[in-house]
Amino acid sequence: MADNERIKPAVLFPVQIIGSVVVGFLREIGRLGAFTGSTILAAVTPRWYPGEIWRQMIRIGFYSLPVVGLASVFIGAALALNIYTGGARFNAEQFVPNIVVLGITRELGPVITGLMLAGRVSAGIAAEVGAMKVTEQIDALTTLSASPPRYLYAPRLIAAIITMPLLVIVANVIGVAGGWLVSVASLGFDSTVYLRNTLDFLQATDVNAGLIKAAVFGAVIAIMGCYQGSRSKAGATGVGRAATLSMVGAAVLVLATNYMLSTLFVRIGI
Amino acid sequence: MSALLELRNVEKSFGSNHVLRGVDLDVAAGQSLVVIGGSGSGKSVMLKNALGLMTPDSGKIIFDGADVTRDKGSKRDAMRARIGMLFQSAALFDSLTVWENVAFRLLQAERMKRSDAKEVAIDTLRKVRLGADVAELRPAEISGGMQKRVGLARAIVSKPELIFFDEPTTGLDPITADAINDLIVEQVKALGAATISITHDMPSARKIADEIAMLFEGKIIWRGPASHVDASGSAHVDQFVKGLAEGPIQPGF
Repeated sequence: MADNERIKPAVLFPVQIIGSVVVGFLREIGRLGAFTGSTILAAVTPRWYPGEIWRQMIRIGFYSLPVVGLASVFIGAALALNIYTGGARFNAEQFVPNIVVLGITRELGPVITGLMLAGRVSAGIAAEVGAMKVTEQIDALTTLSASPPRYLYAPRLIAAIITMPLLVIVANVIGVAGGWLVSVASLGFDSTVYLRNTLDFLQATDVNAGLIKAAVFGAVIAIMGCYQGSRSKAGATGVGRAATLSMVGAAVLVLATNYMLSTLFVRIGI
Repeated sequence: MSALLELRNVEKSFGSNHVLRGVDLDVAAGQSLVVIGGSGSGKSVMLKNALGLMTPDSGKIIFDGADVTRDKGSKRDAMRARIGMLFQSAALFDSLTVWENVAFRLLQAERMKRSDAKEVAIDTLRKVRLGADVAELRPAEISGGMQKRVGLARAIVSKPELIFFDEPTTGLDPITADAINDLIVEQVKALGAATISITHDMPSARKIADEIAMLFEGKIIWRGPASHVDASGSAHVDQFVKGLAEGPIQPGF
């Protein structure tokens, strides 16, 4: 009996750890779900704050242009080089313009922009909201009858959903231009033929698929930033941790939703 | 005199930490009540429950005769429109200018025109001895004492009936702290508002209080006129007022 009592905690220990991790995970999913619901509700019902939405559009969209542009030009150029090298194995080098434009518009444009904004915007929102929380600014908003979901989170969500597709259009154009530049400058393509092939091959559905993804990624990025910021613990460590969790969470969710949306688009023929 | 705000047997726990264990407190219109207590005694939690930033586990919050304990949305907003709050850190919005901070309620809740709201904000800043030149600055560009004064201006701008002060003099030098206390007394008297302040700064408590209450281990253990605080007959109050390490209250390391 005494031996059994001594053994019991050791046997239960791994079960307790698994149980506690599962319960913690489910609790977190529940919290995130409730937070997402209240933020979306605040975004689709009045009252809206146009000034705040515009300010966030500038911060999220305009200030992300340099990093998105730079990333896109390099991705487009590297993609062209890799497709040229791979295509050369079965004499398919001429498909570089087609594959570059397809890869950029349907996949790399939205995903790279999403990942860039997960780092730049989601972490920034988490740090800002987290700092507001620990300095009681969110409590102050509440006491001044301004609902935090309506005044703080919804403008960021709306701004991200509007600006992400615009950024992806820019990323698409610059990414294709990167592929064109390297193809013409070092792979021996004729500029006019390259551009004609690109435009002839591109369909509206390719662009639309990328833009739908972009809007969803925008929502994911803004919600993760606001959620982690609102859960921030006190102190520099707490705010830093919120920013890190937000960036990692947003990046993983961007990749996961990208896969789910790609699967959906294949099924419905977009 | 009937109470403007009343806390009845309010309890609040965080896990196994039983912070409020049945707080009974009330403040009448125009009365200034200061709640003293050591760090971790539950003062801030009590204030957040009274303001509706937290919901009590049990007990009631009565405001102007109505039970507001679980009010949300427009009902809660109607109560908050009659209340002002000065936060410990002032809690000014970094992204807004000083005048936009002061006029926040006027602009967002009352939808006043920006030009009119700015005029009212500058006028209120003047009442707390800040010039119009400060209005366009950001909170990060002004000192801690000035931030408190801006916070006070924001708390009084909509002429509330009840104002909460959370450690109004924390982090300020004694001279600035005294100036803030004077401003609080002057502005509260001008408004005729009731106030509930929480502090562990005794000079501040003596200056602004009509009555003082002491919170210890989640309960109000003494309440009386501010002039009686030195002869309270409570060992806890005596130890706190005199700032002694020895006594029934253990230092909260």
